[in-house]
Order: sequence, then C-alpha cells, then structure tokens
Amino acid sequence: MEPVGGERRITYDARGLAEPDAEVPAVSEIDGDRAVFDAAKLTTRQINLELRNLIYEQGIRDVTVRNPGAKHSIGVGILQRCRIRFEGSLGYFGLGLIDGPEIVVEGRVGWSVCENMMSGVVEIKKNAGSLTGAAIRGGDLVVHGSVGARTGIDQKGGTIIVGGDAGSMTAFMMQRGRQIICGDVGPGLGDSMYDGEIFVAGTVASLGIDCVPGEWTDADTELIERKFRIYGLGTPPEFQKFVCGKVLYNYDNLEPSERKLVIH
Amino acid sequence: MCGIAGIIHRDGSADVGSEMTSMLQSMKHRGPDSSGYALFGPASDLVVIRFKLADANDPRDFDFKERLERHRLEVETRLSKIGASIDRVESETEYAYRAQVRYDGDLKALADYLEDVPGCEVLSLGHSLEIVKDLGDAMEVSNLYGLAGFEGTHAIGHVRMATESDVDISGAHPYWAYPFSDVAVVHNGQLTNYFQWKRRLEFSGHRFQSECDSEIIAVYLAEKMAEGSSLKEAMDQSLDDLDGVFTYMAVTQDSLGVAKDEMAAKPLVLYESDELVAMASEEIAIRAVLDREIDTYDPYERQVLVWSR
Repeated sequence: MEPVGGERRITYDARGLAEPDAEVPAVSEIDGDRAVFDAAKLTTRQINLELRNLIYEQGIRDVTVRNPGAKHSIGVGILQRCRIRFEGSLGYFGLGLIDGPEIVVEGRVGWSVCENMMSGVVEIKKNAGSLTGAAIRGGDLVVHGSVGARTGIDQKGGTIIVGGDAGSMTAFMMQRGRQIICGDVGPGLGDSMYDGEIFVAGTVASLGIDCVPGEWTDADTELIERKFRIYGLGTPPEFQKFVCGKVLYNYDNLEPSERKLVIH
Repeated sequence: MCGIAGIIHRDGSADVGSEMTSMLQSMKHRGPDSSGYALFGPASDLVVIRFKLADANDPRDFDFKERLERHRLEVETRLSKIGASIDRVESETEYAYRAQVRYDGDLKALADYLEDVPGCEVLSLGHSLEIVKDLGDAMEVSNLYGLAGFEGTHAIGHVRMATESDVDISGAHPYWAYPFSDVAVVHNGQLTNYFQWKRRLEFSGHRFQSECDSEIIAVYLAEKMAEGSSLKEAMDQSLDDLDGVFTYMAVTQDSLGVAKDEMAAKPLVLYESDELVAMASEEIAIRAVLDREIDTYDPYERQVLVWSR
C-alpha cells in the first residue's frame, strides 16, 4: 500500500490548495475496530489523510466522520473494503475513484459524486448534484433524494438508483450498467447511449438520440425487486424501460486490446 | 470557472456585506482574479452613484493623481450642471468613488454625461443598489472598501476567473443594468451570441463599458424591463434569446432571481427557508453563512426562480 505521507508528496503548489505540508491529524476516537472523528476544523487533505491512516495504517474497518461541512473531494481513492459514515453533506467530487467501501452519506452531495467508482455501495440520504456517478464501472450508488443533470454520464457498469427526480441528459453516453429512477427525468434521456438499461417510474420529458423503449424481462423485475429490498425502498412502482436503439451503433466498440488483434 | 453567490433576507435586513464576503471568500478557488458585490441597502431618496475614474492596474504615470483629481472635479461640475444637487462625494480608493446626489431626471442622461469624463465608468446607479468590484479576493475587496457591516436585505456577488476578457475592474462582475436604476447581474458561463446582442442593444442606444460577454445580460434584462416585462418574464425570455452556458443571478430593489441554461451546464446550489434564501455555485459558500447541516438542491435546466423580500 502507498505510504500516507513520505516520498510521493506534492511539493509544487502554485495555487495554495494542495496543502503539501498537511500531516495526519490523528484526532479520531478509536474503539476496537471502529473510529469516529470530527471534521469541522480539518481541511480536505487532513480529512483524507485521517481516513487513509485509519483504514490503511490502523486496519480500522468502520469509520464515522462528523461535520464534513460540504467540503470538496472527501473520501476519494479508498481502495479497501470498509464502512464509512458521513454525518453531514459532502461538496463536489466526493467519494471518487473508490473500490470496495460501503459508504453512507447522511446529507447531500455536490457534483460528480462517486466518479469512476469501481465497486462498493454508496448510499446518499438526501439530494445529489449533477454528474452523479460519472463514469462508474461497478457497485451500487443509491441517492434517496433527487439528482441534477447528466447522471451516470459515460456509465460503464454498476447500478445507479435515484429515489427522486433526475435532470437533463440523464445517462448521456451510457455504455453499460443500469439506472433506476423512481421520479421524473428531464429532456434528452439516454442521449447517445451505447448500451445499458434505464428504468424510469415517472415521466420522461424527452428521449435523447438513439434511446428507445426496451422490452421488459423477468430479469428486470427480479433486479428491481432485489434492489428495492436491499435498500429499503418499499414496494417498487411500475417502471418503463429504455435501452439503446443501436441506430447510432457505428462506433468502434472493441476494447483497445481487441482492436489490435483485428488490425494486425 | 467563476463563482456566484446570492442571498436575500425575507425577514428584515442583515449584515449582507459580511455575509457576501464569507460566501465569496469560501469560493476563492473558483476565481481569484477579481471579486465583486451588488449590495442593497435601505432605499434612500437620494441617488447613490458608484463610479471609478481609473482601473486598478492602469499605469501610474507622473500626473496620475492630478488627473484623477481633475476628473473628479469635472464629475462634480457635471453633476451640478445636469441638475443633481450633491449631498456628498467620497473617495473609496485611489480611483473609486461613491456619490450621493438628489436627482429626479433621466438616469441615462446622467450616466452618459458622467462617462464622457475621461476614464469615468459608472459602476452602479440607484436608490439602494451599490456595486463594488475590484481585483483580488473578496477579503481584500471588502477591506479596501469597508464592506463589513453593510446592512441590507439582499446581495449578489461574484469571484472571477477571467476567460472572455481582461483582468480589470471593467471586466469584473456584477454588472449594473445600464441605464436602469437598481438592477445588477452576475454570471457564471460563456455566451456565444454575445456580439449579435451587443450590436442589437447598441443600436437601441445602450453603451457597453467592457469586452465581457456577461455585461449584455444586464443590459438585455434592463431593456426588457423598460419595455414592460417583469424581472421573471425578462429572465424567462432570456433562456431563448441567449446562447451559451450560463447560470446567472439578477437583482432589483426588491427581488433576486436566478436562471439556468437549457443544459444546466453551470452549477448552482440552493437553500430556501422562511427567513432567507441563499444560493451559490458551491454549497460551501452557503455553509459559510449557515454553519449547520442544511437541505439544499440543484435547480434544473431552464429554471427561472425569483424571490422577493
């Protein structure tokens, strides 16, 4: 595992935002394999250093963060199975690049939450901003409130569940995975999507280019019932399903390694 | 990138000067080039004129100071000539001034006559609007102009990362909706049909002081309102007329409005309660004045929201 401080520290900091001299604040109250700390007076980097120190260095698997204060870029790059609970709201780019953790945010999150998440479960109790789950590749991202625009842009896997409404260009350029939206969605749903499935319970303002109604299967019913059961969302409403019409399906859909085999 | 913030108190007045400084300072990373405020104090019978006679980064040549003094006297002479009785003229900085005058005539004529003085730009005109903008972060501007303790009902502010025009006071937000009393705008985004609108509005007799695309929003709204539209109607119409990406806020003597483009390309976080409405490009700016867990949301595409105090 990468050292918390040490050799790979940032030394160039023209804008004064990177906090190159930040040290692990070590302010947590640790009780067995659980830890709690108050983030009110900590900077972004101090919060992340504290989290990484607890999870990687001390092997703690259950961390509660109090007063995250809507700060940006909190809880990023956690590549370990663990539980983290944020008692409050996060700002932009929270929980990005994670692989494995189970995270609960009791407040709201800003733009680009869980960007590029690889696996794990993230549950957000209130609303989320735009670009929620941008480019996620796996795991479950559950937002109990409403989300902004471009939810799951470039989604490559995993499941995004939204309890409320979603904005314009939801699932823009989606490539794989599923979205389950219990409320209404804005214009341009699934615009230029490549693949994947979108389920919407409310009204759709308009469909994007090459997004078409899909055929319902038993597997869809099973998926939705299972996810609703896991996240305590009650009885599922009736959903419409949308998929890629594959009319725009003229891109090169091979992975780079596969393309090499074809060309050579 | 730029950051914008707005706050309106529904239950009386507050120290909106300090509140806006806290909001803008927490978003300094979104725009370190300049910071600006449009503050609404108690309405006065007098007209408040905020103007500058040079820019912050103008070269300081040998007769810089004498020239400013000469031009300031010229402004005072012209105020008298046009029929405005001067209550007071105060220097805020080396080059920025605040005047209070008694004047009932045409504001456009007044602004045009003053701006004819070399280097003069009227930053705001109105009975309660005061626009303050300068280079540097919000704390610097607030200290320079003594904005802490400014009692008012509502305010908008802007931290600028210059993209479309120069780093100077003329290019800084908020923009006064020349020649309309007590209207100002802040904008985050870029307008793509800016030149077309600038030409159209210039044909109607409006002047532009900067090369900044955002200035047209203020003048556009002013023209629509002069034609009889309400602020809400003018803002609704702007969604079709303005191309590009934008979240902008507009303020009048008793209202604060916000509009988002049809792609919802630029951020806005909104908090609403019975006492106040606060909004900003980032939630941390709202938390800078409401230091507790709050429920916020992002308005959607093509939404226009207007609150009155």
